[in-house]
Amino acid sequence: MSRFTELKAVDPAILDNVPQEAGSAKPDAILTATGITRRFGGLVAVDVNHLEVQRGLITALIGPNGAGKTTFFNLITGFDAPDEGSWTFEGKPMGALAPHKVARQGMVRTFQLTKALSKITVIENMKLGAPSQSGENFFKALLHPLWRDQEKDIEEKADALLERFKLNHMREEFAGTLSGGQRKLLEMARALMTDPKLIMLDEPMAGVNPALTQSLLEHVKSLRDEGRTVIFVEHDMDVVRDVSDWVVVMAEGGIIAEGPHSAIGENKAVVDAYLGTTHDTALVFNEETTAKIDSAKIDSAKIADTAVTTEIEDPQ
Amino acid sequence: MDWGQIFTFTAESAFGTQAMYFAIAAIGLNIHFGYTGLLNFGHAGFMTCGAYGLAIPLAGGEIWGFEWGQQAMWKGVLIGLIAAGIFGLLLGIPTLRLRADYLAIVTIASAEILRIVVRATSLRGLTGGSNGINGFTTSFQNARPSFLDDGFLGYSSRQSWVLMLGWIFVLFAVGFTYLLIHSPWGRVVKAVREDEDAARALGKNAYSVKMQSLVLGGLFGAIGGMFFVLAQGSVQPTPQDFGTPKTFFIWVAVILGGTARLWGPVIGSIMFSGLLAFTDTSLREAVRADYIPDSILDGVQVGQMRFILLGLGLMLLMVFRPQGIFGDKRELALDAR
Amino acid sequence: MTRLLTTTTTVRALASVAVLFFVLLGLVPAASAQAEEGVNINANFIDETTDERTPATGTVLVLLDADGAEVASTEIGDDGRAFLAAPGPGTYIVQLDEGTLPEGVRLRNEGANELEITLQAGQIRGGIFALEQGEGSGGGGSRFLSDLVSLSFSGLKFGLIIAMCSIGLSLIFGTTGLTNFAHGELVTVGALTTLFFNQSMHLVLAAIIGVAVTAAFGLMNERTIWRPLRDRGTGLIAMLVISIGLSILVRYVLLYLAGGNRRAYNDFGNQSPIDFGPLTFVQRDIFIMVIALISLVLVAFAVTYTRTGKAMRAVADNVDLAESSGIDVQRVIQTVWIGGAGLAGLGGVLFGLDQTSKWDMGFELLLLMFAAVTLGGLGTAYGPLIGSVLVGLLVNLSTITFPEWFPGIGGTGLPTELKNIGALFVLVGILLIRPQGILGRADRIG
Repeated sequence: MSRFTELKAVDPAILDNVPQEAGSAKPDAILTATGITRRFGGLVAVDVNHLEVQRGLITALIGPNGAGKTTFFNLITGFDAPDEGSWTFEGKPMGALAPHKVARQGMVRTFQLTKALSKITVIENMKLGAPSQSGENFFKALLHPLWRDQEKDIEEKADALLERFKLNHMREEFAGTLSGGQRKLLEMARALMTDPKLIMLDEPMAGVNPALTQSLLEHVKSLRDEGRTVIFVEHDMDVVRDVSDWVVVMAEGGIIAEGPHSAIGENKAVVDAYLGTTHDTALVFNEETTAKIDSAKIDSAKIADTAVTTEIEDPQ
Repeated sequence: MDWGQIFTFTAESAFGTQAMYFAIAAIGLNIHFGYTGLLNFGHAGFMTCGAYGLAIPLAGGEIWGFEWGQQAMWKGVLIGLIAAGIFGLLLGIPTLRLRADYLAIVTIASAEILRIVVRATSLRGLTGGSNGINGFTTSFQNARPSFLDDGFLGYSSRQSWVLMLGWIFVLFAVGFTYLLIHSPWGRVVKAVREDEDAARALGKNAYSVKMQSLVLGGLFGAIGGMFFVLAQGSVQPTPQDFGTPKTFFIWVAVILGGTARLWGPVIGSIMFSGLLAFTDTSLREAVRADYIPDSILDGVQVGQMRFILLGLGLMLLMVFRPQGIFGDKRELALDAR
Repeated sequence: MTRLLTTTTTVRALASVAVLFFVLLGLVPAASAQAEEGVNINANFIDETTDERTPATGTVLVLLDADGAEVASTEIGDDGRAFLAAPGPGTYIVQLDEGTLPEGVRLRNEGANELEITLQAGQIRGGIFALEQGEGSGGGGSRFLSDLVSLSFSGLKFGLIIAMCSIGLSLIFGTTGLTNFAHGELVTVGALTTLFFNQSMHLVLAAIIGVAVTAAFGLMNERTIWRPLRDRGTGLIAMLVISIGLSILVRYVLLYLAGGNRRAYNDFGNQSPIDFGPLTFVQRDIFIMVIALISLVLVAFAVTYTRTGKAMRAVADNVDLAESSGIDVQRVIQTVWIGGAGLAGLGGVLFGLDQTSKWDMGFELLLLMFAAVTLGGLGTAYGPLIGSVLVGLLVNLSTITFPEWFPGIGGTGLPTELKNIGALFVLVGILLIRPQGILGRADRIG
């Protein structure tokens, strides 16, 4: 609970004077990445020169299929190792940290294909998220009194979050019985159990029915109000416009543009050439299937996108 | 056909030594596969560690100029457990960071190779080579309380002593598993089974917890192996005793009883041992009574038939009732989705 | 309804597996025991100082039955002879314990510490272990070199055989994600079907039938078990366990039908050895290697240049992508099963020709196949080729006796019975260093 108080809400106006160009410096960056490269065979999946993410605000990461967004997420969170590059979180170097250690630093992610733990109940899913549980130690686990009090606290916190995310009626159900949208909610709520400073959402709205989208959006915004930093990958420009304070555009593995959504959205070249052509349903669907496997796909997706991205190279 | 004898034998087997040590080993495998999702196909290897770890110090022997006399029971148990722990670590280190099937490949290979190693001629002084080890249970049987001297429920005095301790240990193991699985540790283990990446994204060290589970389940496997050789009175490095068939038997017992269920491995072992004895004796009786002509099935082939049924049973169970005979209806509904 | 349908298909599948074997193979009745059977063994060497024939007194001999269980053991007496009594007719292996040879004496042919002998009822047969006195520490080098040559030769031969067996394993994994533990049984089916037909026709004809039957069996596996399971969405782990069940089922049906003895083919068995420098081999060794090489080259050619081959690699690379670019994935998988099973069957025939055939030979090879495939890169088409040859060489070379001057391990070598351990170490080592194998590629997450 203590970490709640450390977090302070940040006024989005802080970004007003930040130059609207790729790799611009932020007044108070929580995450700084430099020179990150990841190759799959001959293909360069990610090649980010420099990126800073402002603390306490919502940053949207957009880009065409195969732009390297998910791979970048994987690299930053330790699920994949870059060929080169370094990045810091809260000033601490993070290279080569295992995913669970990254999460323990306060940087938690969700996945594009929701990972609800199907054969575990909703409440147990939530309790799993809580950090530093002494009952997770093998020997202490055998002695119930050692972790009974902590478990009670965790359960209260979990119930409060379930209430907030309107999942409390599903408390004792297996997570596998939830609908797609409910799973997204559960995954976000579960991530919040870790008290993250930075939460990285990989397509939080994908596959969610429109009725739930609005409440998900409100939840994302409420994270900012709590002073948490949010990075999210999204395709729906309406969503990006609605919640993001800052937008980072990726293409072909690199960052090609940055700025507030108004600047990105007003830029006719970006909207027409980039969002206009790739943001049709067929390609969005394609993106979902892409996530499943493998680099070869990036290859083909990249070929499809090349024509598009060359046009945005020079938005001015 | 002597049905009376068939049923007596079936009932005796269902609660006899085989069911008992199957249950212990199956509890270990259930921790591996049922709760953690580890594909351990080398459970016989853990049993080998336990069996030889116990028998070698107890029997005394000599190899490479090093000689030792008959040791106390607790030393044997300790050595067996340590051996199984090391075996688990060795299996886990290269595989637990990788996709699940690598563990399957490495465990199945290691267990088989361990069996080849213990029967190697050059290790005859240590392991008895292909003859195995005999006569190490004297001190164990000497410790038998006198009320078992006449045996119990038709089991011999020697058997009933092993059985009593074994079934008590089964109760202990079930209680132990209950405590663990209903703790935050158990929650992490199950989360790793469901989705390792999700658990890691929440700050859980999946590798470490899988390793703990692999070693813990392996220790139960080793203890199962110890009870097995204590009951049998000898250690034989045959495929039937310590080879892959033994591993598969235990797998079937676990799946039959229902994976990730507290009493599943125990019920599964009782059912499986009973079924095995029933098919075996009734087939033998049928062959003897000439209901089945020798040209179709002779005495030797009855033994093969049990493996054919084993393979078929494993397939059918996995296809139609992966949650076991008494599986959770809610889980069943999830599988159907 | 779908569930009902797949139920019946699967049941039918299992039934037809059994029926096929009842039809194709017959029961081979075992002869009943009458009189005493046994083996007479001679073991002498020439003492280099006296130039006299000297008995290898005290050398331990062990008689193993077809399952590898010890049935008798004895020592060579003062007359250089020993008798091993067998419990009945059948195929046995006489094993000489090299550790018990007199000081400085060794087998003339490295690793030839086993004799395989088939005894009819009441038959006593003889066997000789050729021994020689070791040269001094100075001259050990030349022997090491000749060992190196001959073990490399047999390793290459063995590696080519494993390669044939394991290409299917790798491609099936690549195209369907199935880790097929029943792949070894395809090897056995090939070898034993050929053995059965070899009773009434020439080996070449029998082998063609054997390979065809194995290919058909592979297709049947796919059509009646794996495809229905994929269609109903069975998980990969469940499928892995099912493949283990299938492996046990098929293996013991084969034992039931064909019996537990090791047996050799009727043709090409008695060939006189050819000496070629340090190398001694028989014609069939060359025959085996040439057939294996030709088929592997054909496979490599097919996978690289034909339409189906390209489709196959595309599916192995990425199923969704292949499907969306118009490739008939089911058809490709089916082709992989037919081809992979046929190759495994041929591999089984070659292995049976090189050594002997037995009901669990495939399962014993499975570990080596997994090691080879993992080494080369699971799911790739060419990986198994490289991996297999390396595993074959390693398994054979691991038994080499190092020359005396070799630092640390001079004069020692791994006992033949432990040679497969090398493969395990390779497997574990490769998992630690490069889990995706030599040709494999790391997976993308998320």
